[in-house]
Amino acid sequence: MPLSESRKRELLGQMYTIRAFEEMAEQLYGMGKVHGTMHLSIGMEGSAVGSVAALRDDDLILSTHRGHGHCIAKGADLNLMMAEFMGKEEGYCRGRGGSMHIADIVGGNLGANGVVGGGIPIAVGVGLGLKMQKRDQVILCFFGDGAANLGPFHEAMNMATIWKLPVVYVCENNQYAISFSVKKAFAIERISDRAAAYGMPGVTVDGNDVLEVHEAVSQAVSRARAGEGPSLVENLTYRWRGHSKSDANRYRTAEEIEEWKRKDPIKRHRERLIREGIMSAGDAAQMRLEAYAAIDAAVAFAEASSEPTLESIEEGVYA
Amino acid sequence: MRELTYREAVREALRQEMRRDQRVFIIGEDVGVYGGAFGVTMGLVDEFGEGRVVDTPISELGIAGAITGAALVGMRPVGEIMFMDFCTLAMEQLVNQAAKIRFMFGGKARVPFVLRTPAGSGSGAAAQHSQSLENWFVHVPGLKVVMPSSPRDAKGLLTSSIRDDNPVIFIEHKLLYNIKGLVPEEPYTTPLGTAEVKREGRDATVVATSVMVRRSLEAAEYMAREGVELEVVDPRTLKPMDEATIMQSVKKTGRVLIVHEACKTGGYGGEVAAVIAESEAFSYLDAPIMRLAGRDMPIPYNPTLEHHTVPQTESIIEAARELVQGTV
Repeated sequence: MPLSESRKRELLGQMYTIRAFEEMAEQLYGMGKVHGTMHLSIGMEGSAVGSVAALRDDDLILSTHRGHGHCIAKGADLNLMMAEFMGKEEGYCRGRGGSMHIADIVGGNLGANGVVGGGIPIAVGVGLGLKMQKRDQVILCFFGDGAANLGPFHEAMNMATIWKLPVVYVCENNQYAISFSVKKAFAIERISDRAAAYGMPGVTVDGNDVLEVHEAVSQAVSRARAGEGPSLVENLTYRWRGHSKSDANRYRTAEEIEEWKRKDPIKRHRERLIREGIMSAGDAAQMRLEAYAAIDAAVAFAEASSEPTLESIEEGVYA
Repeated sequence: MRELTYREAVREALRQEMRRDQRVFIIGEDVGVYGGAFGVTMGLVDEFGEGRVVDTPISELGIAGAITGAALVGMRPVGEIMFMDFCTLAMEQLVNQAAKIRFMFGGKARVPFVLRTPAGSGSGAAAQHSQSLENWFVHVPGLKVVMPSSPRDAKGLLTSSIRDDNPVIFIEHKLLYNIKGLVPEEPYTTPLGTAEVKREGRDATVVATSVMVRRSLEAAEYMAREGVELEVVDPRTLKPMDEATIMQSVKKTGRVLIVHEACKTGGYGGEVAAVIAESEAFSYLDAPIMRLAGRDMPIPYNPTLEHHTVPQTESIIEAARELVQGTV
C-alpha cells in the first residue's frame, strides 16, 4: 500500500529526529556528559525509518547496539530515551541499560542488544509466542552484516522458517563489522541470498532510500502476518561515523565516506518530497528545526532528571 | 500417597501445569513422540499436541532464544536441553540475554521460563555427556538454579519453577530418573530457596546436592550403626541459597562436610564453605570445613575410573569418619 503524502512527510521528520538525537549524543559525549560507549547510525536513518514504517503500532521490534534510530522510529518518547542515554532514573530503563540496551516494552521495542546477533534467536521465541497466542502481530528483528556470520543466525533462520513464524529479519548491511569489510567477510554478493538456503524470500534494497526500504519490508510484513513465515530484507547502507567512540577509520578511505555522504538518505527523501510538491523547502527546513528543538528539550528533561538512588541498586535483578 | 519415579514426578508436574495454564509449553530436541532422551516427556504430546510439545532441530542456542523470546511476550516455556553439557552451546542466550533482560530494562520486562536439563555421571557416557555445570549458572545474577534429589522435590520444585517469574535452570540427574518415592497426586509447590533437612543428626552436618543427597543418606545410615549421627541437608535450590537452614544445622553439629558431584575447584562447595566461614556459624565449628567433590578432571569412560571420579557412598563414609574422628 503506497504511503500517503502526510506519512511521507512524517518519515522525513523521523529521520531528522534520529539525526538530531545522534548528533546531540555525540556532542554530549564530547562534552563529557555521558560515559561508556555509543554506536551512532548517522547515515543509516533510511533503513530504520523505512523498516519500522511498514509495521503497525502494535507490532514489535528487536533492535541492535546501533539502535537509536530503531527506537525513535518505533515512536519512543525522546525525553525518556535521552534520560536513559544519560543514565537517569527517569530513563526507559531507569538508567540501568544506557545507549546499548534501550527498551520500550509498552511501545513494542523489546530492546536494543549489546551482543551482535543476540536478538536473532529471541525473535524466534517472540514469533513463536505470538503464533501460539494467535495474535496477529509481527516481530521485526534488526541485525547487521556482522551478525549474519554468527552461528545463531543459522539456527534462528531455520527455526523461524520451519515453523512459519511471523518474523521479519532486517539486515542492515553498513559494509563493515567494525573494521572488517563485507567484501572480505562474505564469499557471496548479497547477504539476502542466504535466505534461499532456509526456504524464505530474501531481497536486497537500497537502504538509503526510505521508500524502497518501506516497500520491501511491507511485503515481508504482509507475508509474516498472513502466516506465510519469515523473510529476509537486506538494506544496503553505510555508517558515516566510526564503529564506536574509539575508531580511527584506518580500514576505509575518506573518499569512500564522502561518496556515501552524497547518498544521504535524508537529503534524498527531502529532495524527492520537494520535487513531487509534497512539501516546500521551507517546510522541510522548519521540520528540521523542530526536530533539533525536540532534542534540545529532551536534553533539558534528561539533565533535570534524577540519579538513581544507591538504595535501589539491586532492584530488577529478579522479579 | 502412591510412589512415582523421579522421571514420572517431573512429568506429572509438567502435565499438571500444562493443564492448569495454557501459557506453559514444552520445547526441545526429541521431546515429542520420542519422549525426550531420558523419556521424561513421554506421552505428553498425545495429550497436548505438537503445538504445545514442540520438537526442535538440534539447535540448543535456538531453543534458549525461543524460550527467552516466548517468555518476553507472555508465555511460560519449559525448554529441555538433552544433556547439561550441551548448555554450553546455549550460554549466550542464557547468560547475556535471559539473565539480564529484566535488569537491563529497568525491571520493566520479565522472562519466566524453565530450562530443564539432566546432568551427572554414572551412565558410561564419558566426558561430553556427564558434566555437572550447575555452578556456571549459580555465578550468573538473574538466574535461579534448582537441583532436586527426590521424586517429591522434583515435582514440587518444578511446579514452583514454572510459576516463578524468573529464568530457572532446573537440573535433573540421570541416575535419579528411576528412583522411586512417595509423591502427592494433587499439584503442590515446594518453594524455591528452601533447603530441607533430609535426616537429622547431632554429630556432623553433610550438605549435599542432587544424587549426592541419596549417597549421603546411605552413608548416614551406615554411620549410624557405628553410633555416628549425620545430619543431611539438601539445599534443593542452589540459587537463591537457604543460608539459614544450613547455618542452623552447622551450629547444632559443629562439623560440616559438603558433598557434590561437580569438580571441586570453583564448585558450589566453595560457596557453601565461604558462606559458613563468613557467618556466625564459624565460631561453632569444632573442625575445619571439609569438601568432598568430583576430581578436577573430565569424566572417564572406563566404569572403574568413572566410579572413582566422583564421590560415592564409600568415600562419603570415609570423609565423614575423618571429620568426626575423636568426637564419638
